[in-house]
Amino acid sequence: MADPVDTVAPPAPPSLAPGLTYLRFLSAALRRSFSGSWRFYAWMTVLTAIALVGLNGWGHQLQQGMQVTRMSDHVSWGLYIANFTFGVGLAAGAVMMVIPAYLYDDHDMHDVVIIGELLAIAAIAVCIGFIVADMGRPDRMWHILPGIGRFHWPVSMLTWDVLALNGYLLINLHIAGYLMYQRYRGKAPRKRWYLPFVFLSIGWAISIHTVTAFLYQGLGGRPFWNSALLAPRFLATAFISGPAFVIVLLHVVRWSGRLTFGDGPIRTLTSIMRVTVLLNLFMLMSELFTALYTGGAHAAAVKYLFFGSHGKHALVPYIWTAVTLNVTSAVLLFLPRTRVDRRWLLAACACAFVGVYIEKGMGLIIPGFVPSTLHEVVEYTPSITEWKVTAGVWALGLLILTVALKVGLAMWTGKVRAADAPPMVDGAP
Amino acid sequence: MSGPTRRVALKVVGATLGAGAFAYAGRPVAQWAASVDIDDLLRRHYKELTADELAQILRRIEDETQKKYGVEVRVEDIPAQDGVSFGYALNLSLCIGCRKCAEACHHENNHDRPTNNSYIRVLEMQQGSFDMEHGTVDYDHAVPAPGKYYMPVQCHQCDNAPCVKVCPVEATWKEKDGIVVVDYSWCIGCRYCEAACPYHARRFNWRAPEIPADEINPDQGYLSNRIRPQGVVEKCTFCLHRTRKGLLPACLEACPTGARVFGNLLDPASSIRYVLEHKRVYVLKEELGTRPRFFYFFDK
Repeated sequence: MADPVDTVAPPAPPSLAPGLTYLRFLSAALRRSFSGSWRFYAWMTVLTAIALVGLNGWGHQLQQGMQVTRMSDHVSWGLYIANFTFGVGLAAGAVMMVIPAYLYDDHDMHDVVIIGELLAIAAIAVCIGFIVADMGRPDRMWHILPGIGRFHWPVSMLTWDVLALNGYLLINLHIAGYLMYQRYRGKAPRKRWYLPFVFLSIGWAISIHTVTAFLYQGLGGRPFWNSALLAPRFLATAFISGPAFVIVLLHVVRWSGRLTFGDGPIRTLTSIMRVTVLLNLFMLMSELFTALYTGGAHAAAVKYLFFGSHGKHALVPYIWTAVTLNVTSAVLLFLPRTRVDRRWLLAACACAFVGVYIEKGMGLIIPGFVPSTLHEVVEYTPSITEWKVTAGVWALGLLILTVALKVGLAMWTGKVRAADAPPMVDGAP
Repeated sequence: MSGPTRRVALKVVGATLGAGAFAYAGRPVAQWAASVDIDDLLRRHYKELTADELAQILRRIEDETQKKYGVEVRVEDIPAQDGVSFGYALNLSLCIGCRKCAEACHHENNHDRPTNNSYIRVLEMQQGSFDMEHGTVDYDHAVPAPGKYYMPVQCHQCDNAPCVKVCPVEATWKEKDGIVVVDYSWCIGCRYCEAACPYHARRFNWRAPEIPADEINPDQGYLSNRIRPQGVVEKCTFCLHRTRKGLLPACLEACPTGARVFGNLLDPASSIRYVLEHKRVYVLKEELGTRPRFFYFFDK
């Protein structure tokens, strides 16, 4: 069968069939997502297998109920919501590429900013996955759709989060999709079709993590969360985990040879992390001081988290691992050696990423419930099913990210172009 | 075998294995999807139902209970009465911590038997302290124990209820007689209300409740003690299927010491009004601004 994109036949006048060009764009993207080297196939097979294990676990949870988790009426949110919270940070953190690229006109960052936008899309997909996994009745999902169900807006912070997360997803889909489509057609993107959305996405990125923090910090019955410092801490940790992940991702992309770029973006992101890791440690110290020096009810959860209480210590190893990793990443980022040696930088990013993952996941969600509102100390450790579903959702996120980068970068660099597109000059349309 | 043939064979084997993996992994989800009741899925919110639609839903719930639990029940929708606003008070000087109230709740409200669920938790508190950190619910000895007092905690039916505020789908709301209810057929099971409640008043159905047919209370309210579906949140409703008909809550009737006082706050002659006017009452965690309708007092 003749491939309409690869034929050398004279191009049809584009004005006649813009819809057709868009269909060809989608079909080219689809074909690109399913073809690649054996490495690509192996990677996708492994991720698909993990995602299927998660799907299977979720199916059992749907049938037998959430008794297959180890959550309880005392600790009513667990691993799923912990991962959701971290995922929102990752999505928001990607904006640390957009701000330098568009607000500070950093041209090096501009060359790679599409990676941040694609990461945001995949991260939001992960967040939605964890929310669905945590719902007792996902069949009733439509109840939460604005205009269709009964949307308790503006009173419920969860409705704000629905708007914030889905809005952020749509904005980033539009920006990345539009830029790719223009490259595919060999046309320069028109500023009015994407620049306003880019600036909107910057504010929106801040809002998704602020609103997610407000979910917790607005609950008067949970002293551990009921702190004005929660939203600032969320943003600081987002601007650690986001840049850390992107730095690793940039190395992978460069190693794959799909995009060539200078060291500027990595340097900029490292500089951002040098500030945010310290900011986060400072705010942690401030929270610990307030809780422990004052003592009383507000200190109960902090004491349980860091030292255990009533002979129960389940979270102690988690939080000290997180603190150790966060301090290590801070030290590594300031060592002169890290500026010249990639391996040290990557190690710092890995420490920061895992440290924040634990601190903002299990270290933030679980102590909100321990001790309970009636001061019962009931512990929580995730069940096998919860780990399966969690691994599955992350695998799904990586599948989306891989395909998005593969297609996105091929369009970005002009490898996949419409038949009637003019040739690229110096890497630009 | 030539190259292309082998490649085709590999692709066929790969595709077959892949399809098999998808089918196997997805089977529980498919089975669950097939079990979802379409009528239940598409029905509208309680407040949007016409009288006919609601009547049909009540009959359907009765039929389903018959099918699932093998028992004939009557599910009613009992509206709040005009001129009634409920309040509850508990005399801590009289409570001996026997937990008869929790047990009565367990039976009256068709709670899951194996988990021994109840809307009431009784704390054994240290004399001389209001701090629940020094209390425990896990006491297992003769009561009342020396040096202790007992504090049962259940839903406080707050006038400024955090659980109602946070619900993203309005599956829980405050009725005009002050009772906070849940539409179990609308709740999406996000458990945000459970996180928001400062009194540990809400429970989640981690699985479908198990109750032997002969132990099921057949007098059921749509918004109260009907058997809850799996995956939704439930709570104390001051036994509205009883109290809206002029009966007393099951926990009050079970109390052997007369520590519980229940009634209409708008009726000046009611015993709850007497308690509020003559005893030094307090509410739990008043500083949170939840404005409970559940009061505690000591009278000696």
